[in-house]
Amino acid sequence: MADTPFQVTGRQTKEEETVSVAEVLVDAVKRAVASVQDYALMSGHAVANIFTSPHYIQDILEQMDFIGAGSLPIILLSGFFIGGVMVLQTGSQFIRFGQTSLTGDVVAIALVRELGPAFTGLLVTGRCATGIASELGSMLVTEQVDAMRAMGTDPSRKLVTPRLLAALLMVPLLTALMDFIGLLGGCAASVFTLRLDAVEFWRRAIDALDFADLMQGFMKPVIFGFILATIGCYKGLTVRGGTQGVGRATTSAAVVSSVLIIVADTFMTKLSLFLADKVF
Amino acid sequence: MSIPAKEGLAFEPAITFEDVWVGFDEGQVLRGVTFQVRERETLILLGETGTGKTLTLKMAAGLLAPNSGRVVVLGNEVSEMKESELLAFRRKVGFVFQEGALFDSMTVGENVAYRLREDRVPEEEIEPRVREVLRFVELEHTIEQLPSELSGGMKRRVSIARALINQPPIVLYDSPTAGLDPVTSQTIITLILRLRDVYGVTALLATHRLQDGFALANFHFDPETKRVVPNAKNGNAAASENAARTRFLVYRDGDIYFEGEPEEIANSEDPYLKRFLV
Repeated sequence: MADTPFQVTGRQTKEEETVSVAEVLVDAVKRAVASVQDYALMSGHAVANIFTSPHYIQDILEQMDFIGAGSLPIILLSGFFIGGVMVLQTGSQFIRFGQTSLTGDVVAIALVRELGPAFTGLLVTGRCATGIASELGSMLVTEQVDAMRAMGTDPSRKLVTPRLLAALLMVPLLTALMDFIGLLGGCAASVFTLRLDAVEFWRRAIDALDFADLMQGFMKPVIFGFILATIGCYKGLTVRGGTQGVGRATTSAAVVSSVLIIVADTFMTKLSLFLADKVF
Repeated sequence: MSIPAKEGLAFEPAITFEDVWVGFDEGQVLRGVTFQVRERETLILLGETGTGKTLTLKMAAGLLAPNSGRVVVLGNEVSEMKESELLAFRRKVGFVFQEGALFDSMTVGENVAYRLREDRVPEEEIEPRVREVLRFVELEHTIEQLPSELSGGMKRRVSIARALINQPPIVLYDSPTAGLDPVTSQTIITLILRLRDVYGVTALLATHRLQDGFALANFHFDPETKRVVPNAKNGNAAASENAARTRFLVYRDGDIYFEGEPEEIANSEDPYLKRFLV
């Protein structure tokens, strides 16, 4: 039988063994490698499921509602104030050089390239990766995932793929909204604190952006969506130890996906700058 | 003491376990278990907590791979099948989980209809079939309720209805009466008994309550009076046929400790078996 991330046991030897420190360390490394392997397999299956039938349209729509519509209030509220604080911080420096008109350029580039995707990724992770991990973890400990398998349903197709697809579609859209609302917040701060003209702010903000900035700004959230959905699902579907385990998995999902998003952000930025320089 | 399993049974087995080993990092749970369940038979799997009863059921449904050995169900070598093949195979097997394992975000009706919707059965066919099985478990009135609104016993009955919906030839019950009061337990056992005698399903029932097994061995459902009645002791053909359909298997320390007929376990002087009789 093929082993899957959802199966509890692996192939083991029948003999009882005495355990040494070295064996414990080797065992820990093996477990870490096995976890990465299981995560890669689960993610691979979830992606492959996108291109084959059946699709659970209702589940996809429900997850889009949970990840997209559900995250809208925190994205809009945070975005507005992130834009505002950007203007306050940069504006105070530009005043020293009499270059406050550059505020729109800086806020637009910073938001679209970096702050929009990163903050959206982290905020949606805090809300959704944890939600996914706790929901799937609870389903696992109450044997609902086994019940699903017992009724001939592939949990990867029914539970993981809809969440992955919803995150891949919704996180870029939320990022676009975060960028727009951030610029709106920046505009409001510019008008009320730096006494800049709103039309001038928007004109400079739009002119400052080119295709490479937009490419960078919308490539990142796709990757961040992938990370938060797959880590949330993986942590949820590998819960051990009942309800206490669900709590640990939820915390772990938030921590691991947040760190991975920040790490991925660095590499994505480097890759985007390289592509912008060499290709676009 | 270990009483060896019977050999050379002259029938077509529905479930076969052959030298099955399974365990985790903490150690082996089952050590080379071998037994068979014939068609239309109910095998009562007895054992204390942690002796591998649930693992046995999960292996029979292909939810868990044995470390070694063969598991053959309805002619399918489950232990060698890929996950994609198992998904199709599992539709032939009903599984009643210990706590019901109902999908808590779905209503009772949606839970029971789940497998039909997965099989793309037309919507107009689904509701009559769902109502029929819910009527069988006497819970038709709960069709719109959520599992959180049901009692423990009602959840088990809905779980039985869900397992029944596509009339599988084999039903696996994981401690269906665990944690229930005696009256509710009796209701569940009566339901299992009706299921056996009305639909003729093969069953593997894990429990730590010997009285559940004796109830299944000593009673049968009379389709004429629609009542559960004791088996006659005068050699009545139907009664003896029913009695022969129930056997016992007792696990102890990863091995089969006892395998035999209800009378054998009832009359046993073995101290370990007697612990279940108390």
